[in-house]
Amino acid sequence: MSWLTGDVVDIIVAVIQAIVIMLVAVVVGAFMSFVERRMLGLWQDRYGPNRVGPFGLFQLGADMLKMFFKEDWIPPFADKRLFVLAPMVSMGTIILAFMVIPITPSWGVADLNIGLLFFMAMAGLNVYAVLFAGYASANKYALIGAMRASAQTISYEVFLGLSLMGVVAVTGSFNLRDIVEAQAGLWFIVPQFFGFVTFLIAGIAVTHRHPFDQPEAEQELADGFHIEYSGMKWGMFFVGEYIGITLVSSLLVVLFFGGWHGPLLPPFVWFALKTLFFMMLFILLRAALPRPRYDRVMSFGWKICLPLTLINLLVTGVVILLNAPTGQ
Amino acid sequence: MEFAFYLSAAVAILATIGVVTGLNPVHALLNLIVSLIAIAMVFFSLGAPFAGILEIIVYAGAIMVLFVFVVMMLNLGEVVVAQERAWLKPGVWVWPSIMAGVLLGLLIVTLLVDSTGFGISGETQTPQEVGTLLFGPYLVAVELAAFLLLAALVTATHVGRDEKRDDGRGEGVK
Repeated sequence: MSWLTGDVVDIIVAVIQAIVIMLVAVVVGAFMSFVERRMLGLWQDRYGPNRVGPFGLFQLGADMLKMFFKEDWIPPFADKRLFVLAPMVSMGTIILAFMVIPITPSWGVADLNIGLLFFMAMAGLNVYAVLFAGYASANKYALIGAMRASAQTISYEVFLGLSLMGVVAVTGSFNLRDIVEAQAGLWFIVPQFFGFVTFLIAGIAVTHRHPFDQPEAEQELADGFHIEYSGMKWGMFFVGEYIGITLVSSLLVVLFFGGWHGPLLPPFVWFALKTLFFMMLFILLRAALPRPRYDRVMSFGWKICLPLTLINLLVTGVVILLNAPTGQ
Repeated sequence: MEFAFYLSAAVAILATIGVVTGLNPVHALLNLIVSLIAIAMVFFSLGAPFAGILEIIVYAGAIMVLFVFVVMMLNLGEVVVAQERAWLKPGVWVWPSIMAGVLLGLLIVTLLVDSTGFGISGETQTPQEVGTLLFGPYLVAVELAAFLLLAALVTATHVGRDEKRDDGRGEGVK
């Protein structure tokens, strides 16, 4: 066992951690599709899927069986290479972004000093999934959905980044682990409240969740960019969206709600509880809010959210300079 | 890290060749995106993660999205593929090849003459260091770039204005 040196053990532990985090993220994302339907049922005074297993818990298995064995059909008029590539990009970029999330002091995949920027890069690349899906499908509805999605994502990414710069300026680092450590005394929700509000809105818009789901609005676009997809390719878009919700929820926790910090309970429990809270908030928003008109969504982003983030950043800068020791 | 450098550099070159020789505009753009991401990987391997990640966010994530967007809107079909094929006749390659060859020769000569700065040291530049440099010694350049971008923004807004539907208050007639 001479090869089993300290370095090798560290590498093996890191690889196992990475695999476990990836699998948990995917399973939580998939399971959320069931939780969402049950919760929507609860909030809208009806039963959700409650037939398969106790409380309908095995519904996920039934759905997966259906999806795996459905005919995987590529339309003859589609651009085949891009059609196959799009779902992979959709799920791959989101899972990659999980890499930078620090879960507990000892758990997390990568400790990048550009962690936050890495998330934004992956969110940026995620747009291509929708764009290519819409283009490759060669379908009017898909194309309109892709157009809306890309215009919406580009607009909202502008202040997705700007809303986080307040947190970065206060911490002095892009490293998510440093950001969590900096919240040991006071969570950033208090000093960075407007940053939190705008990041929440931008996060919903970037994951195309209700009320920002115009790209796939069933009533007007008949499912938008993934209208031509079936079987597991559609499943990857579907699960990718739920993993996206998990990702944005855990980022909200890490950036504004102190990550693993909390009294009494172990760090992981705190992280999981807070993340679950935000995932439930996403579902509640879908159950409660109507869908605004598309042009209103765009003008809301540019005319209200963008100035708000800029003012927030300006005030944060002034406060940091006032509190800074003189002579610097 | 030298292995990562050569691997991503090879990917960048192959993807860029794909951009030039590709017939379908959207596939060519996809190759260009891959090429930009590969160049970002080159930055990572050189120890400049900040430059690399900005390359992905700005070029691959924002500018290329607009390119793909416009190409999608133009709805280029088989006609463009045929036109592209006509443009890619062997005779067309001569002049660009000569120019690119001159540049390649210049690069090789430069590398042979001045052999300092070879190798990848593995030093990582943090975002703080980049920021301190940008807003310290290079402040004037940053401000000039900001002026230029503002001017471009104003120009684009002016060019994109719809004169006929303007009601004189800066708001178009609904």
